[in-house]
Amino acid sequence: MGRTLAEKVWEQHVVRRADGEPDLLYIDLHLIHEVTSPQAFDGLRMAGRPVRRPELTIATEDHNVPTLLGPIKDPVSRTQVETLRKNCAEFGVRLHPMGDAGQGVVHIIGPQFGLTQPGMTIVCGDSHTSTHGAFGGIAFGIGTSEVEHVLATQTLPAYRPKTMAIEVSGELPAGVTAKDLILAIIAKIGTGGGQGYIVEYRGEAVRKLSMEGRMTVCNMSIEAGARAGMIAPDETTFDYLKGRPHAPAGADWDAAVEYWKSLTTDEDAVFDTVVEIDATTLTPFVTWGTNPGQGAPLGAAVPAPQDTDDPAAAERALEYMGLTAGTPLRDVAVDTVFVGSCTNGRLEDLRAVAEVLRGRQVVTRTLIVPGSMLVKLQAEQEGLHEVFKAAGAEWREAGCSMCLGMNPDTLAPGERSASTSNRNFEGRQGKGGRTHLVSPQVAAATAVTGKLTAPADLV
Amino acid sequence: MEAFTTHTGRAVPLRRSNVDTDQIIPAVWLKQVSRTGFEKGLFSAWREDPAFVLNDPVHEGASILVSGPDFGTGSSREHAVWALQQYGFRVVIAARFGDIFRNNSTKMGLLPVVLPADVVEALQSAVEADPTLEITVDLGERQVRWGGEIAGFEIDDYTRWRLMEGLDDIGLTLRNADAVAVYENGRQPWLPTTV
Ligand code: SF4
Repeated sequence: MGRTLAEKVWEQHVVRRADGEPDLLYIDLHLIHEVTSPQAFDGLRMAGRPVRRPELTIATEDHNVPTLLGPIKDPVSRTQVETLRKNCAEFGVRLHPMGDAGQGVVHIIGPQFGLTQPGMTIVCGDSHTSTHGAFGGIAFGIGTSEVEHVLATQTLPAYRPKTMAIEVSGELPAGVTAKDLILAIIAKIGTGGGQGYIVEYRGEAVRKLSMEGRMTVCNMSIEAGARAGMIAPDETTFDYLKGRPHAPAGADWDAAVEYWKSLTTDEDAVFDTVVEIDATTLTPFVTWGTNPGQGAPLGAAVPAPQDTDDPAAAERALEYMGLTAGTPLRDVAVDTVFVGSCTNGRLEDLRAVAEVLRGRQVVTRTLIVPGSMLVKLQAEQEGLHEVFKAAGAEWREAGCSMCLGMNPDTLAPGERSASTSNRNFEGRQGKGGRTHLVSPQVAAATAVTGKLTAPADLV
Repeated sequence: MEAFTTHTGRAVPLRRSNVDTDQIIPAVWLKQVSRTGFEKGLFSAWREDPAFVLNDPVHEGASILVSGPDFGTGSSREHAVWALQQYGFRVVIAARFGDIFRNNSTKMGLLPVVLPADVVEALQSAVEADPTLEITVDLGERQVRWGGEIAGFEIDDYTRWRLMEGLDDIGLTLRNADAVAVYENGRQPWLPTTV
């Protein structure tokens, strides 16, 4: 019987397999940031252990960094960032600190450097590590104990998850994005639908996505409960990688591409579960509740709790969100628009926002935060920042920013946002804040009207 | 890691689904670089509501959390496990767990117990009817027992053994350092390094 893509990549990385034990899996790349690593480095120090492969490890500062120029004012945040600097210096790990041209959100910089490649195993103490699966590797988030384990051994003991295919047939209609697709998928399978699975996204609509769109889709796999999401590599993947600083070159490139081409699910492979989605029926999608599965097409109304799968949760969510069932989503007024995060903080996202904002004015507080310093540079080279500023939006430095509000960018209690990030959990963007997850296009149009809006609604 | 064999204690019924780790411990608490002091952050936003179940004095000293489904979804933050443990919980019972949370728990010796949703509901109701109800979670027998009821749960042999012995994963893996070295010699030559 044939094998799925996930099975091929997994088998390639098994260091040791024994009956009744989890596989010991080799890790090709370990990404690190300041929030989930300090206790892991402490553990190494206490046990007198070195980092086994510092040259397969890379660190960045992203969660705490302010997006306005200047030092970190919050002393606790500053200590955390300084702790990362000390740890990286002591253990010999490459670090991209604030202000460095390579700094950015951890899941944006890996692909940007060409460190994220097909067929690799990639981990990070961060659940959105699933992003990197867009290149056809197995990438998943881990906790701090596992971060310490990878630092010490470059391996992880793990049971192979089951496999799920999400087959997206047909093409996405004009104006419907990768973000709308993944939000619709999560609404369909639920926040627990992917638990225990590695998801492979397949089908025509997925093949037609750009690398950046594929990253948006894989990024939110965890919001459906799946630790990892992946997409088989193809010419789009190879074109993206070629020439990047850490991509193979010369004869290595040819050998790598030949291997990468074998990284597809065999015709006769069998998935444990298959989910089918018709892309042609999709429209811009937004969330109304407090988990990413509580979403609906923008053209719909806030649902009545009894019409949802989990009425008690929906009722709680509507109360927290300050929404009344039956209100058209297009009538929901927002105070703040946030564009950024590892979901939608890349160049294409910013281009899409600029296209909507060009020649228009925003009526909400609008924060546009590039996912990395390189994205910022590229956006500025294209003059996108001028478009943003002319529209009245704020153009910031790179970081996680209002995706989770560990830095000063937060919502006030009761404040409502349209956000291109990935989590609408209670308090995620600031205590009492209310989040609607949207695509960059919807975020931009919403900034113009002050209500949840798609670009097509604008005159 | 603290070994877990069997634990008897009182429970807190948390009748909510999708208890994501941002609720278990909001991001502001993650700035600490130490491993202690996270109990104050446990459900800190929800605890501001005096009616929140954890604020009910009848549940003081409880050590078993009985939650609705999809407990520990979202962020990978192990701080969620630390906060629960430091607050005094030894066991979380739910019908479904977020994968990363479940993994983190077993690394730290906090036992995640999966029971069918109707059994979880029955247990919640039993605790609501009598908050002093003693519940025993027996990892050796893979059983939860209370007031004459017995519910079996599944956990793989390896994780169970590791928890019962209180073994540290890194130590176990380092016993296989030779296999790691052999594997490393066979890695594809084009794989990237960060230097
Ligand atoms: S942008 Fe948001 S989701 Fe992504 S790594 Fe940062 S905090 Fe996490």
